[in-house]
Amino acid sequence: MSETATAPPAPQDTPHRRGARGGLSGIRFARLRDLVLVPAIVVIAIIGQLVNPVFLNRDNLVNILQTMSEVALLVLAQTVVLVAGKMDLSLESTFGLAPGLAAWLTVAAGAGHGLGLLSGAWAVPIVLAVGALAGIANAALIVRFGLNGFIVTLGMLIVLRGLLTGISGGQTFFGLPESMMYLGTTVWLGVPVSVWLCLVLFAVGIVVLGYTRFGRALYAIGGNPDAARAAGVRVERVLTIALVVAGVLAALGGLLLSGRLASVASGQGNGYIFTVFAAAVIGGVSLNGGKGTMFGAFTGILLLYLIQNVLTLANVPAQWIGALNGAIILIALILSRITSGKAQD
Amino acid sequence: MNDHEESGTTPGPLSRAARVPDRPAVVHAAHISKRYGSTVALDDAGLVVTEGETHALVGRNGAGKSTLVSILTGLQQPDAGQVRFAGRPAPRSTDRDAWRREVACVYQKSTIIGSLSVAENLFLNRQNRGRLGLLDWPVVRRRARDLLEAYGVDVDPRAPAGDLSVEQRQFVEIARALSFGARFIILDEPTAQLDAGAIDRLFGKIRELQAQRVTFLFISHHLQEVYDLCTTVTVFRDARWVLTEPVAELPRADLVAAMTGEAGGLITARQRPLAGAGAVPLLRVADLTARTFAHLSFDVRPGEVVGLAGAGGSGRIEAAETIVGLRRATSGTITVDGGVLRPGDVGAGLAAGIGFVPRDRHRQGFVPDMSIAANATMTIGGRLTRAGLISRRRTDAEAGRMIDSLAIKTSGPDVPVRALSGGNQQKVVMARALAGDPRLLVLIDPTAGVDVRSKEFLLNKVDEAAGAGTAVLIASDELDDLRPCDRVLVLFQGRIVAELPRGWHDHDLVAAMEGLSRHV
Repeated sequence: MSETATAPPAPQDTPHRRGARGGLSGIRFARLRDLVLVPAIVVIAIIGQLVNPVFLNRDNLVNILQTMSEVALLVLAQTVVLVAGKMDLSLESTFGLAPGLAAWLTVAAGAGHGLGLLSGAWAVPIVLAVGALAGIANAALIVRFGLNGFIVTLGMLIVLRGLLTGISGGQTFFGLPESMMYLGTTVWLGVPVSVWLCLVLFAVGIVVLGYTRFGRALYAIGGNPDAARAAGVRVERVLTIALVVAGVLAALGGLLLSGRLASVASGQGNGYIFTVFAAAVIGGVSLNGGKGTMFGAFTGILLLYLIQNVLTLANVPAQWIGALNGAIILIALILSRITSGKAQD
Repeated sequence: MNDHEESGTTPGPLSRAARVPDRPAVVHAAHISKRYGSTVALDDAGLVVTEGETHALVGRNGAGKSTLVSILTGLQQPDAGQVRFAGRPAPRSTDRDAWRREVACVYQKSTIIGSLSVAENLFLNRQNRGRLGLLDWPVVRRRARDLLEAYGVDVDPRAPAGDLSVEQRQFVEIARALSFGARFIILDEPTAQLDAGAIDRLFGKIRELQAQRVTFLFISHHLQEVYDLCTTVTVFRDARWVLTEPVAELPRADLVAAMTGEAGGLITARQRPLAGAGAVPLLRVADLTARTFAHLSFDVRPGEVVGLAGAGGSGRIEAAETIVGLRRATSGTITVDGGVLRPGDVGAGLAAGIGFVPRDRHRQGFVPDMSIAANATMTIGGRLTRAGLISRRRTDAEAGRMIDSLAIKTSGPDVPVRALSGGNQQKVVMARALAGDPRLLVLIDPTAGVDVRSKEFLLNKVDEAAGAGTAVLIASDELDDLRPCDRVLVLFQGRIVAELPRGWHDHDLVAAMEGLSRHV
């Protein structure tokens, strides 16, 4: 290897200082791929400001972040699973069923079609438990029985969606207990709790994926399961945890949306999974596993929501937003293909 | 040769080890037997490697080398026999960490994860943790740099491992193995994917590490490398230990003889007369060059059977696949019956009259759930039509003829190929190759994994086709496959190094395939 091909060696510092420098340049090196979307986000912001001066208003930005926060948690969940080389389509159904089931059990019998079996205090634990159970079911079928993850979670998507339709009778739950409303409605320091929660969870996600053995094990499994196993990674256990965590995160996302809308529609989450995959892939997460970061995934979903907001501000008729959304996803994919210089997997 | 044979009756490698009592055995495997179903992979075999030596393990395909490696690395348990490391019994099979401290293997198939950095690959699942139990990347990278520096591996620990060359990946794997504390390293055909310069650098590295008292077991198909690098050589043949000798005291001819057994002698001569030397060549390959081979030029005349021999990595498979159009050459031309073939176009090859048996029948040979009839007539569907649609009746009739002619054991043409035995599956592949009455047959490893009788039958079919005027090219490293050939071209590292006329000796052919002909 010639001198020019290698990075310049770190100067002869004390171990501490050398470590700090190595860390910085290491981040620069590793994160280059993640920062691909940052220029695009800046460009969209400028365009947005030109289209409508409201765009960079604090209220508008907070609004974007809040509407994005629920789906962003799905992206977070999906990224954990994708990095480990699997995929979980059922997340969008968990997103609806978890708050739906909690509402069914806690909403008073008279109002709507709730059963009113449990007090409102049980609602949030139920939401999270449903998410965990969905993850455990997926893990049992995929990890234990060795079934194909795509088909298992597709089946699970249909089952969970059907369960929500069944318990709700196809109608919307209203009159949710206070505890279910809290996360979706409360404001801290002028910013909704859901935004805080979303940002904190992404920060946690970045740390876990980048700086824990568990997170690195996910990458190793996604990159080459046999090599991971040979290195002593407990592949089955790590995958199970990843799927359960993803289910819980999806349920939490659903709880945020239910709280904000003060209701659970029977179709809550329907079709979200396509946006979720698009955001993850645009953000540099590989569908084949082992590649991508949490920060990249975050920029992916942020970019999609910024563009949607700009379109709304530009008074694009609502009927056309769908077609434009699809086109945006394709264009974003082409752009990230060009900037990364590699065929997408 | 014969005295080696006799020594096989005693527990050979053990008595050899006794000759050097001052140097302890790093690994001592004795009376190892292993079966897979009815196949005997190892039969009372043994191996003793003493500290500091570079020990070669050679043998032809199926000799039991890979099985021995997986037993020595603890991935498989022997049915009988015992492995000891430096006098201690081998660790329990579940204690991977203990195994890793004793022995490490750099496999042909890399265990490096390309999407992670070199540093992370080195310390996967044992990264250093700092405050809050979070990974301390600067420390991990520093340790990686120190480790790579200590063994003189010039690789940036921050680089993605996927960007490394094969050579660099091997160095990283060796460094990782050493970092677990193992001082005994198995290299499983490390040179198969390397060019000459990289092989020199690898050997340099091995010698450096030898000076640091690291012991190597070196597995290679290239005997020249054994003589260049190793101090001792052990030969396995047909699942048995044959000999262990200091390399310097073993003439090359004896080594080749030990690998091939006493087969020797003249080949059972075929009855078919030699193809007329004056005939116009049907296949003409001119200056064909691609990544894995260079400047191949040869002819095959109608009725002539030509062998294209070579060990793994010699380029013979790639050359044959290029001729039929599965691959594209970077330069050179392929002419069939006077017409230049369009490169990289299988359809053009078929149209020009090429019948083809691909290398791996399971991957390229047939569609397992489709019937014999559908598979065998896959390439000639256009000729079995009625009013533009494929006629079931004509297809079945054609398939019935093939089943008779190739003696495929089946209850009828509708049976899915999946349900057939390996030999009969290969006959279906051969039937497909013969389906269009080809003028040129290209066969890659045509008898791989089939029983002796099917092998005999398939090779007779080749003879028959040649007798009817078909030109045949057989790309194989199996001596039996090459016996029907009128002449055998031997590829070594992508070049034709020898041409042997009918009547060759096994020794000569094996030596040429192992790259020895230039040196003998």
